[in-house]
Amino acid sequence: MTDPMFRVGDKVRIRDAYPIGHCRTPFYTRGLTGEIERHCGNFANPEELAYRRDGQPAMPLYRVRLPMRQIWPDYAGAAHDTLEVEIFEHWLEPDD
Amino acid sequence: MHDHIHHHPHPNQPDEEDGPFTEYRLLEMALRELLIEKEVITQAELHKTYQMMDDRGPHNGARMVAKAWSDPVYLDLMRRDATEAAKSIGLEPTWLNLIALENTDAVHNVVVCTLCSCYPWPLLGLPPDWYKSRAYRSDVVQNPRKVLAEFGTILPETTEVRVHDSSADMRYLVVPKRPEGTENWSEENLAKLVTRDSMIGVVPALAIETL
Repeated sequence: MTDPMFRVGDKVRIRDAYPIGHCRTPFYTRGLTGEIERHCGNFANPEELAYRRDGQPAMPLYRVRLPMRQIWPDYAGAAHDTLEVEIFEHWLEPDD
Repeated sequence: MHDHIHHHPHPNQPDEEDGPFTEYRLLEMALRELLIEKEVITQAELHKTYQMMDDRGPHNGARMVAKAWSDPVYLDLMRRDATEAAKSIGLEPTWLNLIALENTDAVHNVVVCTLCSCYPWPLLGLPPDWYKSRAYRSDVVQNPRKVLAEFGTILPETTEVRVHDSSADMRYLVVPKRPEGTENWSEENLAKLVTRDSMIGVVPALAIETL
């Protein structure tokens, strides 16, 4: 099993990348910074599964917490509103 | 009381055999019979699967929520491992990696899948059409308070709204706040207050006056 690289509370940036093919990283989250809410476990890589490959080795999957006002600069709700989204480790880089 | 006198026949609801015998039906029958004949699967296994599919529905999620409201040990298990909590009361969401999200005065959780329509089928049944609509999927991540208000759920600014985008392998069950005035209620009665939509997080659980 691939050990998770990030810990709860780590600041991360979701890669601002646009590879061709299937992936599970919503467009609106790309390039944003947030913090690790939890490591969900390791799961087969959906970018491989989509093409009928086995997706192994399983990749660490995290939940990343993002402030709404960072995602949407004109966000109409409260300043403390948040969004949590599942992101695979290879889509994350440390945000120092 | 019955002023509609029955002299004329009403059309019966069609029986299964009245529909067209389609290629897909033939394919399904042929495949099923072959798989059984070749001992890949058994009739008993098939029957068990049909039953499991028929058992899917929000009554399962409601049982979990009602138990979490009533039993602090169970609530603790829900927080640590919601899949295990489902299994421990005889539910078998075998493929499900479940996370329970507790709604409180401080945080209101609401679930969406912006990429498709990921949803905890065994615990909530099939998703409602609005859950799969582009309108819900795009609006709730951008303006959740407005979408919640459309469902009649108006939250104070002091409550953090937390949207969960079910984008990969986890599935989510919202544990709504326990309605007031239910202190001595049995789990069975509590479960009646837990609706599908309250477990998606768009509305609270029913108030006792509505029962």
